[in-house]
Amino acid sequence: MINIVWAIVFVLVAPVIGGLVAGIDRKITAHMQGRVGPSILQPFYDVGKLFEKEQTVVNDTQTFYAICYIIFMIFTGALFFAGGDLLLVIFALTLAQIFLVMGAFAANSPYSYVGAERELLQIMAYEPMVILTAVGMFVATKSFNVSDIAATTTPVVLLIPGIFLGFLYVLTIKLRKSPFDISTSHHAHQEIVKGVTTEFSGPSLGLIEITHWYETVFLLGFVYLFFGFNPLIGIAAVIIVYLLEILIDNTNARVRWQFVVKSSWLIAVIVGVVNLAALYLLSGGLK
Amino acid sequence: MLTTQLLIFLILFPLIVAFFLFLAKKDMERAWIVKLSALAIGIASVYLLISTYNKGALLMSAIPAEPTGIVMFILEMLIAVFILYLGIVYKKWLVVALILVQSAVMLYFELVYAHSIHVQSNLFTDEFSVIMALIIGIIGSLISVYSLGYMKFFHEHHPEIPDRRPWFFAILFLFLSAMFGLVFSNNLMWVYFFWEVTTLCSFLLIGYTKTEEATNNAFSALWMNLLGGVAFAGAIIYLAMFGNGIMGMTDLLASGKIIALIPAALIGFAGLTKAAQLPFSSWLVGAMVAPTPVSALLHSSTMVKAGVYILVRLAPIFQSTFTGYMIAMVGALTFLIASGIAISQSNAKRVLAYSTIANLGLIVACAGIGTYEAIWAAILLIVFHAISKSLLFLSVGTVEHRIKSREVDDMNGLIVRMPKIAAMMVIGIAGMFLAPFGMLISKWAAIRAFIDVPYGFLFVIILAFGSAMTVYFWAKWMGKIIAVTSDSKNIEGEVDHSEWAALVSLAGLSFITTLVFPLLSTKLLEPFLMLNYGHVAQLSQDNIIIMILMLLLLVILPLSILIPQRKHKHVAPYMGGRTTTHDMRFSGSLGVQKKTVLSNYYLHEYFGEAKLRTAGIWICSAFIGIMFIATALRGVFL
Repeated sequence: MINIVWAIVFVLVAPVIGGLVAGIDRKITAHMQGRVGPSILQPFYDVGKLFEKEQTVVNDTQTFYAICYIIFMIFTGALFFAGGDLLLVIFALTLAQIFLVMGAFAANSPYSYVGAERELLQIMAYEPMVILTAVGMFVATKSFNVSDIAATTTPVVLLIPGIFLGFLYVLTIKLRKSPFDISTSHHAHQEIVKGVTTEFSGPSLGLIEITHWYETVFLLGFVYLFFGFNPLIGIAAVIIVYLLEILIDNTNARVRWQFVVKSSWLIAVIVGVVNLAALYLLSGGLK
Repeated sequence: MLTTQLLIFLILFPLIVAFFLFLAKKDMERAWIVKLSALAIGIASVYLLISTYNKGALLMSAIPAEPTGIVMFILEMLIAVFILYLGIVYKKWLVVALILVQSAVMLYFELVYAHSIHVQSNLFTDEFSVIMALIIGIIGSLISVYSLGYMKFFHEHHPEIPDRRPWFFAILFLFLSAMFGLVFSNNLMWVYFFWEVTTLCSFLLIGYTKTEEATNNAFSALWMNLLGGVAFAGAIIYLAMFGNGIMGMTDLLASGKIIALIPAALIGFAGLTKAAQLPFSSWLVGAMVAPTPVSALLHSSTMVKAGVYILVRLAPIFQSTFTGYMIAMVGALTFLIASGIAISQSNAKRVLAYSTIANLGLIVACAGIGTYEAIWAAILLIVFHAISKSLLFLSVGTVEHRIKSREVDDMNGLIVRMPKIAAMMVIGIAGMFLAPFGMLISKWAAIRAFIDVPYGFLFVIILAFGSAMTVYFWAKWMGKIIAVTSDSKNIEGEVDHSEWAALVSLAGLSFITTLVFPLLSTKLLEPFLMLNYGHVAQLSQDNIIIMILMLLLLVILPLSILIPQRKHKHVAPYMGGRTTTHDMRFSGSLGVQKKTVLSNYYLHEYFGEAKLRTAGIWICSAFIGIMFIATALRGVFL
């Protein structure tokens, strides 16, 4: 079931794709705002520059957490692309995310502290929907293994359309897009300075950027799973979904965290109950 | 027969130790008795594992049941008189009423039915009993050892509380004895007897300090558990009247749902009270007034585990019945609501209390569902929860003695002030909610178990939300501990060596059990499930390898701190450009020096205790009511 080759491909290729996606994102965003925008390779230049800078820290444990963050994010993505158990992938993702939060807490700084609390609120907001997504895919394909779900001939998205929409909703949180960029943001308008990443600079900030690239590729892979029955439609769907995220990012002002948690939960409850109940009843559960 | 003697030893030895501890007045004597007998109990429970290994369920019939039964009945009546007396002295009329009802039922049973009931095998053991015995024998003993150091410190710093340590340690070991009795008894009357003894022990331990609060909370624990006791007595009398005199656990399980469902519902209700499920959660939260080792004992290896033990035992009866679903619903909602309340708690012990209630809820949910997969998850939860939770309580107790506070916010920068204990606490917290530690494996198992049953998706949804909240309250606590404060000094000092021994053993156990969990599953859980359900649940080989890989990563990564690094440039945290001193003081607008204070989010508006608990009490009471009505109707129609 586990395919090591795919895992290695992910480890090597994902940062390139992730960086390019970030570059394209910035280009499109710039065009939407009537700017020319930077080169699509700009994210690579930025990160390269970060690694040239002197490592400045509040305390040394921060670097440790940043390293753990990237290692477990790579682990998560590699496990996903190797075809591992979807629930285990989600748990590994939580572990990675917790390391970022710990890095922010460790600095004992007010801004990163608020960022850490908000990052935790985000995790709390999206996690139910993500678990329900995995469960939905299991109900649709009878397997938790990414390898089986990706290879299925069942049109997963047609069986769990509600869960797909719910997943798209929390995907905005995971990609740190406005209106849900409550803990840290790619934009300059953060009133909590840079939230969780406030106290990270130089190489450790560079690591966090690369981690984000890995995460983006992993999340887009997750979107693909809904369309695994047809690779062409799948890739098209991934591109459309990301373009949609950019559009949402640029047309919405950030909302309060209360709204993020409440709306994500409400949507998770509704699509979870309705979609799973429908699937259950349709598959002859009442017999 | 060797096993019979071993079981009797495990039940009676702590009792004898309790007697000597009651007599031992010197610290030194007590310390030696506790340490040596803890060692003996630990070894005996491991020896039980070895000697019963691969033998499946063993029934013991070589015990003279008649005289033992009479002794137990007399003791029961003495306990009843004792509780009656206390109830009258403290004017707790609810307790008086409940103990009268309960004693009347048992007296009636003894006079009318007892002579006609014969249980072939009074004691038994199988893999599940052995697992419980290991939890009681190892974790319970470690907590007793820890108590030596803790209680000494406790009385040095609380001179206003009378030093009744002989009494305290005697009750502690009596508790262990009763727990062993509970998990080895096949005869339901014996189970009931030990059940009542655990109720009494917890009542005495909670009220140990004799303050007004402690006394009130002890009585509140007492009446709730007595209510469960009344239901248990009801089950026994029901079995005597309508159940053809079935009184053995194994016979009950084999008797089919028509006979067994009503008594199982009654005993299940008793299990819900003991496992502190809503609406009965408040006794476990109130029990926090007791010295910390008592909380550790109640939460990890005894008392509440007796409640879930009995539910898991009866699970085959609950499987795919409406009664089982209702019990599962009470558990699932308790998991959800208690996890939510834990977010709003700032007192570390209360966070732990609500987390225990939540996790017990999950176990109850699995037991109510009752399929082999669910039971697999339930037993794993029992094991891993016992380890992590006892570790957490004991480290909170040690910290509390040094910083004189139980508030999570006061633990800011603990990693600097008390690095070793903080590390223990972090291991405990990680064990409660992070992959690849045991609790998470168990939650994972629970999700898979729920999906496969009719209407299981409802439970999955509840679990998904509950576990998201779990992540929130544990992570914010962990963040407090690992925050590096520049101005703090190491104040760890000398930790009492008995406390230290217990902490290190438990932290080691968290890692070891996660590592050997596949063995635990194949060698103990699978035979048990095979015997009772004819199916086994397990994780695939790949997933086990991946989790071991994660565990190794988590062990290796912290070692990277040992690698010498280039000196990084250190700067002060960003304070919006204000001038800040090194200990995070800054000038306020009127030139007043202010200290930066960082506090967790508690979100009272959404997760406030009063609101959520009231809702939980009503909803869960309703489900329990529906459960009883439905069970009774089913009993009438069938």
